[in-house]
Amino acid sequence: MIFILRDPHRCSGCRLCEVACSLRHEGTVFPEASRIRVIELVPGIDVPHLCAMCPDYPCQKACEREGYNAIRIDEATGAPIVDADKCTGCGACIRACPGKVPRLHPVTRKALICDLCGGEPACVAACQEAGYGALRVVPATDRDLFQLYATLPQFLVERLKETYYGEAAGEV
Amino acid sequence: MAYGYAGVLLEVDLSREKTRVVELGDDVLERFIGGRGLGAYLLMREFHDRWERLDPLSPENPLYVLTGPLTGYYPGVKLLVTAKSPQSNGIVGSVLSSEVAIELRAAGLDGLVVRGAAKDPVYIYVENGEAEIRDAGHLWGLGGRATYRRLRDELYREYLARHLNRDGLPREPSFIYIGPAGENRVRTAAVMAKWVHAAGYGGYGAVMGSKMLKAIAVRGTGPMPRARWPGWVRHLIGEAWARLNKNALTKYWGTGLGAYMVAARTSSEPVRNWQEEWHANRNLAPQAFEAHWVKRYWGDYGCPSTCMKVSFLRNGRYAGSATDAPDYELQAYLGPNLGVQEPRAIIHLSYLADELGLCGIQTGNVLGFAAELYEKGVITSEDTGGIELRWGDAEAFARLMEAIARREGIGDLLAEGVYRAAKRICEEKGVDVTRYAVHVKGIGVGAHGVRSGKDFPAYSYPVGVQGGDHTSAPRLPVTRQWGEHWMTFVDSAVICAFNADTVLPFEFLKAITGWDVDMERWAHEHAKRIIAVQRIALLLGGPDAYWDPRRDDDLPPRFYEPLPSGPFKDRAPSREEVEEKKREYYAQVGWDSLGVPSDDTLEALGIGFLKDAAGRIRKRLSENGGG
Repeated sequence: MIFILRDPHRCSGCRLCEVACSLRHEGTVFPEASRIRVIELVPGIDVPHLCAMCPDYPCQKACEREGYNAIRIDEATGAPIVDADKCTGCGACIRACPGKVPRLHPVTRKALICDLCGGEPACVAACQEAGYGALRVVPATDRDLFQLYATLPQFLVERLKETYYGEAAGEV
Repeated sequence: MAYGYAGVLLEVDLSREKTRVVELGDDVLERFIGGRGLGAYLLMREFHDRWERLDPLSPENPLYVLTGPLTGYYPGVKLLVTAKSPQSNGIVGSVLSSEVAIELRAAGLDGLVVRGAAKDPVYIYVENGEAEIRDAGHLWGLGGRATYRRLRDELYREYLARHLNRDGLPREPSFIYIGPAGENRVRTAAVMAKWVHAAGYGGYGAVMGSKMLKAIAVRGTGPMPRARWPGWVRHLIGEAWARLNKNALTKYWGTGLGAYMVAARTSSEPVRNWQEEWHANRNLAPQAFEAHWVKRYWGDYGCPSTCMKVSFLRNGRYAGSATDAPDYELQAYLGPNLGVQEPRAIIHLSYLADELGLCGIQTGNVLGFAAELYEKGVITSEDTGGIELRWGDAEAFARLMEAIARREGIGDLLAEGVYRAAKRICEEKGVDVTRYAVHVKGIGVGAHGVRSGKDFPAYSYPVGVQGGDHTSAPRLPVTRQWGEHWMTFVDSAVICAFNADTVLPFEFLKAITGWDVDMERWAHEHAKRIIAVQRIALLLGGPDAYWDPRRDDDLPPRFYEPLPSGPFKDRAPSREEVEEKKREYYAQVGWDSLGVPSDDTLEALGIGFLKDAAGRIRKRLSENGGG
């Protein structure tokens, strides 16, 4: 099992990860259908946002509760895998996620969750090859900590703002 | 419908408060490609018989916000803005980095055209092909950072309410906007995005202001338009990334290595209003600028180069100033060109230009002009309202910049840009100050000089269809990278020049659209056609400025003064050399001896509808005799 560590301090906001993701999964450049997103609410402050693989998988549980069972957990990678045939686009997984990470595909209206590309994530390769290293693959050892990445970007932006611009910038 | 395009623009009429979809024919797209080419064609198709009477700051001037077929696919994102320019009275294709370009493509649009003018301040909100005109009274008057914060907050709240629990976390809103300078119709006002991105050349911030249009926000949720060969496009993206990832220094310093390099290496950087072009000031080293970066690598959607760097000053008299890098142009124009030698002060002035929504190049140019007039005693502190415009006094320049953006005192005059300000000062003071105005056809020259012979060629600015725009200066042969013909591709495909070369982008064009065009064919067909359209518009000019190629296809007088310092001391181009190259260029591009595209050229390029306009230009020139 693997995990994608993410470092907002190293993230350039270039979104090569998003492009790589949508090329892999959609065959074209399709920002809204990327499973990984970089959110930039303040210029220069970039927060990668993707599945944190919570050990208790609230997304999967919610889907089960709705009776759809559209999410299964990949044994090798630990990624939640969405079965498009079973997904009804009800959004229960989104509402159950502490970081609101899943999104519905704008065209198919099926849930989008990072599938770790089966173990070799295209987003990480793009980020590494470009030299940023904001994303990196590590063994999924400390999942009780890793799951804390499941948070809304705003939670981090407030702190990052302070670090980058401080009070001198006024409200940003 | 053509591959790689949505095939439509969305038209928003602010006067009538109506929107409609404008279809773009495949034939038009194939001949003009997008962005700059498409905008120039659409403007001239509509106004070729009355261009001279079209006031750039009137509601009749349509504002085009355009993408191109490569936008979103080719690494690095640019958005092209164009209209009749309030600087050159021609057409300038002006680009800025903004994810609005991606959003437009994802919204199923190739671009927007804004017509008319609102009575009260508004912004336009576009989502997937639908547009709303919304009140912007609460944003009017705000500087860049406050505009960004308020509009982002307002839109993001709306996005969250609509989407968070239904289809997931939305990305941050994307929009372009103007600062106080644009609102006040300052001719050197830029169209801005994300604090620091600016489309400066052309003065389209003023055009937005004249429409009472504070901002345009776009949200699109679809894919990029379908490509002819998607597999090949994927392959090309990988290849482009691999190449660009090797550009170590572009990534590392961006253009921020220029403040030292362009002066020390090629003696072509403006110093004190171009009185010199050389320095070897180690205080302006990239190492000095990077010490103020809080982020070394910053890029917009899909760009592996991330040449932007975030500077921020936490302490001292300039505390709170944030800008990107600054990039070379602003380093130079708000630094040595004003005698300012301190990176912190340059960061502050750059921040201030962004905050006010001013083009940093044009503003540095006009401030340098004013300071030289002050030095020479043509204007005094009585004219400047007490501001003592001494070289190197960043605070004085900051005050004058504010006055320009707000059109206060002498700022009102300088807000007209260097060409118009010089003309008025000549009239009012009875002194010839045109020799201190470093512009070509109303557009202040970019921070790359010609005198050393080591940077831009001497004939480049004189024959460019975008005047002093250093991102559109011709080079011979016309197939050369960085020349105007190549730049028309970059600006029409709407990609970033720094990520492009003369081969790969054309492969993208073929894979995306299916059209087989290489640099050779581009230069001799498409570029020639687009440049001819722009040349006709430029020479038609009006209503307040008209250019005569015999007089105005020339360098600013200053560029004939021998360099006073540095390793290329005493060098300057000769008038004969410029004249000779000018002739060679005219012949290459099919212009007649007056510099007007010939009827044969217009016919051959399939733009015979411009023959009447060309005839009007020739008539005016013959009536004016020798110019």
